Amino acid sequence: MEQRKEEKNKYSIIIPTYNERLNIALIVYLIFKHVRDVEFEIIVVDDGSPDGTQDVVKQLQQVYGEDCILLRPRPKKLGLGTAYIHGLKHASGNFVVIMDADLSHHPKYLPSFIKKQLETGASIVTGTRYAQGGGVHGWNLMRKLTSRGANVLAQTLLWPGVSDLTGSFRLYKKSVLEDIITSVVSKGYVFQMEMIVRASRKGYHIEEVPITFVDRVFGSSKLGGSEIVEYLKGVAYLLVTT
Amino acid sequence: MIRTKQYFSHLITCPMRHVIKIITILVAISAIWIGLLQTAVIPNSHTWLLPIYLVVLLGCYGLLMVGVGLMRFPTCPQEAMLLQQDIIEAKEFLKQKGVDFGSD
Repeated sequence: MEQRKEEKNKYSIIIPTYNERLNIALIVYLIFKHVRDVEFEIIVVDDGSPDGTQDVVKQLQQVYGEDCILLRPRPKKLGLGTAYIHGLKHASGNFVVIMDADLSHHPKYLPSFIKKQLETGASIVTGTRYAQGGGVHGWNLMRKLTSRGANVLAQTLLWPGVSDLTGSFRLYKKSVLEDIITSVVSKGYVFQMEMIVRASRKGYHIEEVPITFVDRVFGSSKLGGSEIVEYLKGVAYLLVTT
Repeated sequence: MIRTKQYFSHLITCPMRHVIKIITILVAISAIWIGLLQTAVIPNSHTWLLPIYLVVLLGCYGLLMVGVGLMRFPTCPQEAMLLQQDIIEAKEFLKQKGVDFGSD
């Protein structure tokens, strides 16, 4: 009985890309390497990359098949949330995985997401960098400090029910993603926070899986003063609207 | 035990705005504080300082959590190496299949 159920599951992996010519090829290879015995499709939502990302995807389609790799581009950079909505429209699976294209999320964790969901029947499985078995590489002390401080603040104020709020490596039941994404208005990483907090408020069953996060953008500090302000505004917004 | 769990899960999932929950807790604490002032169970000189103690306690707790979390921050240096290996493996395979992704 459970065998048959497993066979009917299909996972749509949505990857928004912008100038990820090399990384998208690597990610596709790694997904096919690690995700076995499971039906899946990769949906690449490219925002008109000038570096030829779409050409690389078309070549990958020749190698792996056009039914496994879907290229659904958009004319220009239109934002992450809308990229997911766009990808969702073309998703034929009953589960949706979202992940980054820059290899900070490693496809080798996909089987553990799938397994966790099958074991627990969760509506959402989110990757956490902060649990034992997970981890981060490439962050200096300042970055870790801000991350930890931000996390403690959000935990104290919002009681989100997950340890990693800003993570964007997640598995959703398709119906659940569709339900939440329509009520989310934030942008950037606050978007990811709003998604998981709204899901938590609605009572969806959320499980966590430890993942490792290798930050390859060394030196480019994505945490300036404006980011911190944006974060605080995001937390305040979530406090009042969820 | 089960009833407490159910109550707690309802507290988290009911459609009340979160800020209202926080305000409710603050109001409850304020009521207790005012009650203590009125009934003078504890000498009032102490009671006046209680909110300050609470804020300081909360601050210390926050700092402690940040400090402990920072010390125990999980890192994975070996993952960077494994990733490099994966990249090499992927590049070789894709070159074989004729996928041209340019130089990086």
